[in-house]
Amino acid sequence: MLTEAEIKTFIDGAIHYFAVSARQPVAVGSPYLITDGTPTVHEYTGVIAISGRRNGAVCFTAPRSMLMVLLMRMNETDTSETNMKDLIGEVANTISGNARRDFGKEFVISVPTVMETEGGKFRPPVTARPFIIPLNWRSHSAKLIVCLE
Amino acid sequence: MNAVRPLKLMIVDDSNIIRRRIERSQQIERLSVVGSAANGREAIDLFDRTDPDVVTMDLTMPEMDGIECVEHLVAKKPQVLILVVSALADKATAVEAIRKGANGFLCKPFTDRQLNDALAELLQDV
Repeated sequence: MLTEAEIKTFIDGAIHYFAVSARQPVAVGSPYLITDGTPTVHEYTGVIAISGRRNGAVCFTAPRSMLMVLLMRMNETDTSETNMKDLIGEVANTISGNARRDFGKEFVISVPTVMETEGGKFRPPVTARPFIIPLNWRSHSAKLIVCLE
Repeated sequence: MNAVRPLKLMIVDDSNIIRRRIERSQQIERLSVVGSAANGREAIDLFDRTDPDVVTMDLTMPEMDGIECVEHLVAKKPQVLILVVSALADKATAVEAIRKGANGFLCKPFTDRQLNDALAELLQDV
């Protein structure tokens, strides 16, 4: 289970990512716990496996339309499928890596795995219930899924 | 007056977006990009072929991570200047990278200005 301070670490990471990379603020909705079933995800999901002192995963899931605009905001002219997958993994990687400022070096993060997950569900790799942090940027919705034991 | 020596830059990151971003954003006139690599093993191969003076190095990468790659590159060319560009924001990781031979650390996400300031600081005595 995550503490309030731990959830705030990930919220701060998402806010910082959009402020710096997109140069536009992201609005964060109220985080909630999935108590039954598995979280629904958008078209692309970047997954970072967590090991060390904690076990689980940190995922960033977003629709294609959001990734397209985000790439353009980063002055990236190549908006290919390959680069969208690269971006979703990089966002998940950056927010997870930044969390080590609070969690420390024993919060070991994997390289990103990217899933195409349109209309799908994300099955967490651990039994801990996932926390959802809703993110709204411009007219797009995305989610940060944090599932840690 | 001392002539400013041109320097070769190699970019190492498993993200194509970040590799392209660094190449596009770096505005140090004396730096020219000689190539980019997506992991530590590719970086060592590219290093042998291009002999760069400056390297930007990601840490979390497949095949061979950035810390191990830093050690290899410094062993090959002790005077190489390495700027670690990583999302890993804990102090212990930055200290370890510097201990292994890196010369600077820039945390992701970064602005163009932060990148150029970090590169300029790296090159101030060269």
